[in-house]
Amino acid sequence: MSATTLDAPPASPAQARSQRLRDPAFWADWAALVGLIGLTIVFQSLNSTFLSSGNVQSILVAAAILIILSIGQTYTIATGGIDLSVASVMTFAAVVFGWSFTEGWALPLCMAAAVATGLLAGALNGFIIAKGKIPDFVVTLGSLSAASGLALILSDGKPTTVISPFLLKLSTQGIGIFGWTFLLALVLAALTHVLLFNTRFGTHVLAAGGSAEAATATGISTARIKIAVYTISGTLAGLCGILLVARIGASSPAADTTMTLNTVAAVVLGGVSLLGGRATIIGPVLGALVLTVLVNGLTLVGVSQFYQPLSVGIVVVLAALLMRFQK
Amino acid sequence: MTAATTTQALVSVEDISLSFGSVRALRDVSLTLRPGEITALVGDNGAGKSTLVRCLSGIHRPDSGRIVFDGEETKFSSPEDARKAGIETVHQNLALVEDLTVWQNLFLNRELTNPLGLLDRKAMKREAQRMVSTLAVNVPNVTSTVRRLSGGQRQAVSICRAAGFSSKLVIMDEPTAALGVQETERVEQLILKLREDGHAVLLISHNFAQVMRLSDQVWVMRSGRCVAGRRTAETTGEEIVALITGAKQS
Repeated sequence: MSATTLDAPPASPAQARSQRLRDPAFWADWAALVGLIGLTIVFQSLNSTFLSSGNVQSILVAAAILIILSIGQTYTIATGGIDLSVASVMTFAAVVFGWSFTEGWALPLCMAAAVATGLLAGALNGFIIAKGKIPDFVVTLGSLSAASGLALILSDGKPTTVISPFLLKLSTQGIGIFGWTFLLALVLAALTHVLLFNTRFGTHVLAAGGSAEAATATGISTARIKIAVYTISGTLAGLCGILLVARIGASSPAADTTMTLNTVAAVVLGGVSLLGGRATIIGPVLGALVLTVLVNGLTLVGVSQFYQPLSVGIVVVLAALLMRFQK
Repeated sequence: MTAATTTQALVSVEDISLSFGSVRALRDVSLTLRPGEITALVGDNGAGKSTLVRCLSGIHRPDSGRIVFDGEETKFSSPEDARKAGIETVHQNLALVEDLTVWQNLFLNRELTNPLGLLDRKAMKREAQRMVSTLAVNVPNVTSTVRRLSGGQRQAVSICRAAGFSSKLVIMDEPTAALGVQETERVEQLILKLREDGHAVLLISHNFAQVMRLSDQVWVMRSGRCVAGRRTAETTGEEIVALITGAKQS
């Protein structure tokens, strides 16, 4: 142990800042923000309506579901897992919503049913992973298929129109340029940020993801943590089921496979390690915004829709390359 | 067996046995640890040292026999129970989370919270700083992540965590196995400091010179049995080696 390096005086704040800016790890941690600013500059210079309040508003609303799903995904990835079932659980919850709505249930009950569906699906995922000791990937791959199957069975493969003034308001109105759904996503982001960094639970999530062995040795139940994070992810997916119905005015059993991949992409863009143990909430939120801005901007400048998945893929891989510089 | 007197024992292990399937890892092991002493546990690989330690730290439960700790029979069903009773273990793999900071590791699963249930980070950092400085541990900063620490510093953090929280017994499994000469020296001083501060220490080591240097009492294990106990002052390294290999029966 060399005492000299250990007792070095702390650098002055200004010094520390310039040091951080020269550190590639800093840029890797903030890849999503850099990407967001970069894309904004590019799209704004190509089409001046990009930053118009109308377009910004629609970007933010369009991002809401991806943001919320990505938050749940962040928790599962922070434990070293992955939830491949988020999008199908969302679809299933939307179908449950549509079904209970057609059955004549009151709106709050329909919403509760959708959230409960997500919660149960998530808890089941977590329980099987923790108690069955089956890899996260396999279990959620199974529930991806199972949830979309249940959605098809319950809806008989047909979409259900849901007409509700409340849902219409939820998806179209808001405060200024911030739609209600986006504001909801922000509130959830703030809450889950506090949960991750300011509670014992959050520390235990990071500990279980960083080193399950160390967590267990200090008496943390990694099984309980797994169940909890998948329940969080499932519940948020259930909530997104409601937002999805509100957005398209109907519940449809059509599976949205790219959505799951986009949540993982947002989390990776947000600088969260897929190995677990390191996570932020702000990162994936920005990552989700980057992906939404990318799709919106490409459409705005008239690039064919067919190029969008390609561009998303390129952005994610570039971000992953930058991630190699993480500490 | 030339056992030490069992009066005032901090820990007395009485005839514990534990099998894993057909493997009899521990067979009627009995030994005692005195308060405020460094007790060494030596033996060849597979002699049962780690299994015994795992029984003490709540990871395993013996099939038969009992462990009396601080006057009470223990029934630990998890490491958390052992920690609550005052038994801390410094694991061979250190059980630190690399991506968490020093203070987060020190307080892992013992986090301080404010009345709202939120983490009291300030208090934990302050307390971590105090824990580190009382043990004169050479750790750069309690807010740096463990990933950035050297092997010796990690060992120090691990020992610091074990020594904190008013633990009565600190178990160390090969604390210096992976360390260089200088770092070993520092960790040995830490172990002596623990004794000075009144902690009992159970030290597992393959390093006989270290055992002779640090310990007050030595217990020798061979193929699942505790075969001998000696006061360190009354024995020699040669005798211990002979007891371990079975060249000498006690």
